[in-house]
Amino acid sequence: MAVPCLTIKNMTMAYGDFIIQRDLDFTINRGDIFIIMGGSGCGKSTLLMHLIGLQSPSKGDVLYGDESLWQAEHKERQRILRRTGVLFQSGALLSSMTLAESIALPMTEHTRLGSQRIREIVSYKLALVGLAGFEDYYPSEISGGMQKRAGLARAMALDPEILFFDEPSAGLDPVSAKLLDDLIRSLRDNLGATIVMVTHELASIFAIGTNSVFLDPETKTMIASGPPKQLRAESRDPKVIRFLTRGETENREENKTKDQETCDL
Amino acid sequence: MTVNNAPCEINVSRKEHALEVSIVGDWVLDAETPALEAVLTQLGDGADIKRLVFSTEALGRWDSLLMTELIQLIDYGTKQGIEVDTSTLPEGIQGLLSLVYAVPERVGARRQETKTPWLEVIGKGGLRIFRDSQALVSFVGETALSVFALMRGKARFRLVDLWMNIQDCGPSALPIITLISLLVGLILAFVGAVQLALFGAQIYIADLVGLGMTREMGGLMAAIIMSGRTGAAYAAQLGTMQVNSEIDALKTMGFEPMDFLVLPRMLALVSIMPLLCLYAILMGIVGGALVTVNFFDVSLVEYLNRTANAVHLTDLTIGIVKCAVFGVLIALSGCMRGMQCGRSASAVGDAATSAVVTGIVFIVIADSLMTVMCNRLGI
Repeated sequence: MAVPCLTIKNMTMAYGDFIIQRDLDFTINRGDIFIIMGGSGCGKSTLLMHLIGLQSPSKGDVLYGDESLWQAEHKERQRILRRTGVLFQSGALLSSMTLAESIALPMTEHTRLGSQRIREIVSYKLALVGLAGFEDYYPSEISGGMQKRAGLARAMALDPEILFFDEPSAGLDPVSAKLLDDLIRSLRDNLGATIVMVTHELASIFAIGTNSVFLDPETKTMIASGPPKQLRAESRDPKVIRFLTRGETENREENKTKDQETCDL
Repeated sequence: MTVNNAPCEINVSRKEHALEVSIVGDWVLDAETPALEAVLTQLGDGADIKRLVFSTEALGRWDSLLMTELIQLIDYGTKQGIEVDTSTLPEGIQGLLSLVYAVPERVGARRQETKTPWLEVIGKGGLRIFRDSQALVSFVGETALSVFALMRGKARFRLVDLWMNIQDCGPSALPIITLISLLVGLILAFVGAVQLALFGAQIYIADLVGLGMTREMGGLMAAIIMSGRTGAAYAAQLGTMQVNSEIDALKTMGFEPMDFLVLPRMLALVSIMPLLCLYAILMGIVGGALVTVNFFDVSLVEYLNRTANAVHLTDLTIGIVKCAVFGVLIALSGCMRGMQCGRSASAVGDAATSAVVTGIVFIVIADSLMTVMCNRLGI
């Protein structure tokens, strides 16, 4: 039974008079790995900013469970957002702090844990993302992929119900990207978190996405939604098909049968 | 080894309604090119040409030079309504041409240079000043709210950040402050000495340097140094954090960037500035003493005695209060430009530059106002 976790209601995003996307209406269910996709410049990342409370919509609302994010007072909004964790595209670790300090930061702010306990939790989170032993490194001393994983460890610091990812595999080699995908899926399975991911990495989309929405920059609204594989097989919109098949439409049938096989397995 | 290029030529022959353009020689970028106008005029109005064909049997090596000429020809031909037959061109050229014409030029994509009327320029300038002052006022307001939050014990920042900032804008700045203030004291002494020695009143150099440094130059010099050193650093630090989404990340973790980033920087600078000012004054007086004692026949004891008589506690207080005000202004302009920074690498540079400019403008205006006020009030 699908439990709605995040509902976007009739939302319009704009910078002043310049509309980026309008009439967005979709629901993200608990346990989903939800993909927000679309070509470059269609407003995917802007949509994410609206979901995590950094930019306010010019119309419409975002509901966490049944609580409104944008009707709420500042304090109330902070409380709602405490249930979320965000991994930014660049990792966005604070460059003046070690990984341990960065990850401990939300815990020292929002919990009453003692410093010893926090240190233990930090080590555990770093171990979860495969960075055990890197507590006292500065972000500039580790590679881009490691920074991203450290960013993930920080996003998970407070055991959030919803994790947001902004282009997690951008700038990673295929193997690291695959490992990150696996990590995301196992986090969903083991922590019971809901994942919302902005990406245009087809491999990730098909590998882990359970539901999705497709934003179109020309009509400035969502033109498709549903599980990515189903979209690839059944969508009639040429833009969606072109995106999901990299323009190689003839492969569509082939993929369909391939998916069938994987499903049968 | 040098390669001799065969000279490139372009020959035109007419066959009824078709024009055959034969391209000969090596068309490489450093070659002398024949004028294309001859061909273009043949294609022009009234020439009654329906087809343009190419012959390239004698074409040697070619690169972008040939491509640009061909594109000119083809564009001109198509505009005249002439059918252009590219099928006889070498395969490579055909491939490149099909790439060039694959995506038609987007209408309106080309930037047109528009001339803005001077009235509009002035108007836009005015609006920008208005927006800038709005941003300034709102930033001052936010800072004030943060300070209130701090007083109520609600502002959250890491003490270690405050200490790091104090370390950075205090002790680390001493060498440059020493150098500049010492030299300013020295210069003041020389400038005064030229006049005062005429009347045999060298002893008054002590008054000049003492009062000058204490009331004015000590604070001003410290402020200008700190504006270039620390104000710019603040803008660059915060700007980089903005570019790197670190500020967004802090917000999503429930931190107020104003409390977490701006407050420790501001507190550090405001608490350190008066001390730096005191140090600058001392160094200036030492500089003045060096000159006076060595060149103008005044003993050190006389000089110090005279300074002690001339400079009162009021003067020192004025100097230090001024410098504290400068500290607020430097931190304000540095942090404001940093927080307003755009999201590109060049925006960080702009933020640092405008932090220094804004800082110095604020300092000089504030200094003038305070000097006039002191003068009117008679202190």
